[in-house]
Amino acid sequence: MQSPEAAAERIKRAPLVTNNRPMSWITNHVASVTEKGAPMWWWIAFTVSASLALVSFFCIAYLISTGVGVWGLNHPVGWAWDITNFVFWIGIGHAGTLISAILFLTRQKWRTSINRAAEAMTLFAVVCAGIFPAVHVGRIWMVWFLAPVPNSNAIWQNFRSPLLWDVFAVSTYFTVSVLFWYTGLVPDLATLRDRAKNKLRKFFYGIAALGWRGGNRQWKHYEMAYLILAGLSTPLVLSVHSVVSFDFATSVIPGWHTTIFPPYFVAGAIFGGFAMVLTIMLPARAIFGLHDLITDDHVDKMCKIILLTGSIVGYAYAMEFFIAWYGGNAFEQYAFINRATGPYWWAYWAMIFCNVVAPQLFWFRFFRRHVLWVFVVCMFVNAGMWFERFVIIVTSLHRDFLPSSWNMFYPTWVDIWTFVGTFGIFLSLFLLFIRWLPMICIFEVKAVLPEADPHHGHDDHHHAPAAALKGAAH
Amino acid sequence: METAGNTQSQLFAMAAEVPSATALYHAAEKVRDAGYTRWDVYSPFPIHGMDHAMGLKKSWLSALVFIGGITGLTIAALLQFYPSSIEYPLVVAGKPTNFFTVPAFFPIMFELTVLLSAFTATFGMLALNGLPRWNHPLFNWDTFKKVSDDGFFLAIESTDPKFDEESTRAMLESVGAKHITLVYAD
Repeated sequence: MQSPEAAAERIKRAPLVTNNRPMSWITNHVASVTEKGAPMWWWIAFTVSASLALVSFFCIAYLISTGVGVWGLNHPVGWAWDITNFVFWIGIGHAGTLISAILFLTRQKWRTSINRAAEAMTLFAVVCAGIFPAVHVGRIWMVWFLAPVPNSNAIWQNFRSPLLWDVFAVSTYFTVSVLFWYTGLVPDLATLRDRAKNKLRKFFYGIAALGWRGGNRQWKHYEMAYLILAGLSTPLVLSVHSVVSFDFATSVIPGWHTTIFPPYFVAGAIFGGFAMVLTIMLPARAIFGLHDLITDDHVDKMCKIILLTGSIVGYAYAMEFFIAWYGGNAFEQYAFINRATGPYWWAYWAMIFCNVVAPQLFWFRFFRRHVLWVFVVCMFVNAGMWFERFVIIVTSLHRDFLPSSWNMFYPTWVDIWTFVGTFGIFLSLFLLFIRWLPMICIFEVKAVLPEADPHHGHDDHHHAPAAALKGAAH
Repeated sequence: METAGNTQSQLFAMAAEVPSATALYHAAEKVRDAGYTRWDVYSPFPIHGMDHAMGLKKSWLSALVFIGGITGLTIAALLQFYPSSIEYPLVVAGKPTNFFTVPAFFPIMFELTVLLSAFTATFGMLALNGLPRWNHPLFNWDTFKKVSDDGFFLAIESTDPKFDEESTRAMLESVGAKHITLVYAD
């Protein structure tokens, strides 16, 4: 048992920035990362990830020049790793928008030190996601059929198709995420501009900062724009993965045709996204010594979100099974029993272990605050969320209605290396980001310091009541 | 008094620095009560309640965004109804193509509403702020560089009807401002 004093100490709200860092320390600590020469590890990491990205580009070029037959697709498994990877990456993006929009609207001030990197991660994940639907169409020169213009026979797209909704949802999501991210960057780009020593940096950051001056007449519109963008992004992020799930749910395939899909997909996306945020933030925090800005409390809170969303996902897995039984549809029942006990049982149980069992460790404070354990659990979640999409897509397809159409899916080397290579694309973009842009939102972190509050310190001197009354009178 | 920029050019403002967000807040209240209209305070981050201290009204960017959103919704409705129900009704799986199929159009209506609202929010904010711009007289003043780090400034523009070098300076001194400087436009 703890003493009452110790218990009171523990429930006291921890400061968002530890060690009483002054504003100039924050500016200097974050901005200097982009000003010093790139360290050795950066070059090594960038070389490795850029090479991996090239592997992906090569595989895509090979796919386009040869045809989708280079993938392991067959009848009936017409979607496999391509759409799995698409849903996997697009899901990862959701954590960034959740942190930047939903936590902003709910006044969760701890988001300020992680939102920039998480938003960048969103953009790069959506870039990786966008590759797969674009190249899986086969004849990629026909990809303009996705755009809402009539073809040469004057036939328009089917606007009632979820696949077209998906095109609009994902491209809107990417565009709005870019706008939101850039809007958040402008004041920090002004910081980099004002600190710039050489002409080149002055020029580029000067242009990128758009002439920002930090006047309150600017902040007034700026804060309104940020609030509106957050308000727009919140339903948007919930809609994107809902629309992705419609790709499946509006079909008649047993295992896909369920109403639980939209909320289940959204929870899974946030779950997998937070795991990826931690996967890249923990090493970045260690390397750049950002422990005063991204504190253990931040990690703790993110672990709690992983636990919550992981439990929602676990509930959805159970509910899918229950409804398959309760609905009395023999095909639906077979699809689920086949998932758990059929030839892909290993993928199903890997998914259950990674997504439902592993995060249960986060019920305990020790595991939420132990960096290594957090990292290990997040790696399990990353893998588990990929397996989830694989299980949903491939196990539902591989046993068609007629047993004569049954087939297994085996990935080819092109499948595997295209996917592995997207991690190279993702990491290369992220490494470029931390090299050239402030990875922590400098101005927002300053704004949550105690001295940023204009009424800060009134309690300390004897003019307090008069000043407080004066403030209230206006 | 110190000066910044080319003193032969037009005077832009009298600017000064204060030590903290709290000081800036109280300075803003004083300047507001003194009846100045063309002035601004500058800070590294938005200060809570500063709009009130300066006597500013709510930003009307939200009205622009509403118009942007309605435009997006209208475009989406026309984009889907005209081809799908009028110009070339596409019969898929024997389903109807009439007006009552509207639920299938909701996702794209929603997406385009959000898209055009977001464009309006971002570019409308820039337009209302007079951005992007290449330069600004305040950038002639080296001390002002701290505004994106930990500096708090205020500037009374020379076009303000109440602007007067003597009285404005006295007012700035009374709020505890330092580095009172005349900033020139060029």
